Amino acid sequence: MADNPLSPHLQVYRPQLTSVLSITHRGTGVFLSLGTIVMLYWLVSASLGPDAYASMQQCLSSMPIQIVLAGWVFAFYFHLLNGVRHLFWDSGRGFELSTAYKSGYAVMAGALLMSALTWGCVISQGGAA
Amino acid sequence: MAQFTLPKNSKIGVGKTYDHAAGAKRARTISIYRWDPDTGENPRIDKYIIDLDKCGPMVLDAIIYIKNEIDPTVAFRRSCREGICGSCAMNIGGTNTLACTTATESIKGDVKIYPLPHMQVSKDLVPDLTHFYAQYASIKPWLQSETQPPPDKERLQSKEDREKLDGLYECILCACCSTSCPSYWWNSDRYLGPAALLQAHRWLVDSRDEATGERLDNLEDPFRLYRCHTIMNCTRTCPKGLNPAKAIAEIKQMMVARNL
Repeated sequence: MADNPLSPHLQVYRPQLTSVLSITHRGTGVFLSLGTIVMLYWLVSASLGPDAYASMQQCLSSMPIQIVLAGWVFAFYFHLLNGVRHLFWDSGRGFELSTAYKSGYAVMAGALLMSALTWGCVISQGGAA
Repeated sequence: MAQFTLPKNSKIGVGKTYDHAAGAKRARTISIYRWDPDTGENPRIDKYIIDLDKCGPMVLDAIIYIKNEIDPTVAFRRSCREGICGSCAMNIGGTNTLACTTATESIKGDVKIYPLPHMQVSKDLVPDLTHFYAQYASIKPWLQSETQPPPDKERLQSKEDREKLDGLYECILCACCSTSCPSYWWNSDRYLGPAALLQAHRWLVDSRDEATGERLDNLEDPFRLYRCHTIMNCTRTCPKGLNPAKAIAEIKQMMVARNL
């Protein structure tokens, strides 16, 4: 039996809302944890005085970092909203497939909208970080 | 540990193409995963181009047509051909379902058929279900009761108590749900998977069963029950329209409720 092959799984299973949102929840969770380290560095730099803070600000306002931060904002809202979805599930609600799809699309739309609003605010306040 | 790629002996190669659709108005390519234990070669995909006018409407009809008319070496399980035995569960067009209740026309493009995902393959579309059945046996799927039944009749249930079994007793143990679950793919050695857990729930809510405590004790484990992360691929794929994800959530609720 040891020589028998393993049938294909990720390679052939069609991505669908159920699994895609689940792995996104996991991914955003990991990404958020990494982001908290950046936030910690930022706070520490502030406590170390104006020079350290200024160099941290300069680093954070570079374009690639700004894009990562934009992603972090989306990850935050997605994880938050999908977390609420999980709370409903934990209470035994929202398990009908049609409901799960509706809540899934709502989480995606909500996360995108809230991210756009947040970044709109940031940019209209005269930019970044 | 989760292994995202296929082991070396499981990588899929290109197989043969059989064109049996000369002059066909409704030609379709059916791609089938093939693995022969006797040759020791890696799995391959064989393509059969067939005329849908010459076989029945379901994917199972197409496979039977291929076996009868083109290639008798194709191995697969089937029995009832009406969605009640669960034998012909396989991965068709990217999701797990029963070949006998899936219309070939409902699949867009080539019909790609694989065995149930992340299972040891015995031959072609036949996965080894030994472990799956052992997990089912581990939840003791029978009535456990200290109280003797009345000597002159069955153990009666109220209408309401009987209704609690609806959506659970219909499970045919085809294994579509468990083998659609990424959590089961990575942890099937210790996680029971949606099918066995839905069955566990079926006995937990049975008003005649008196082993609820022991049943919950058996599931109180970081893996057996709690590897369910509410992905819901199980509910999405169930060919009987059941809701294993909901059943598992209700077991989790019972776990909490009994400690209050």
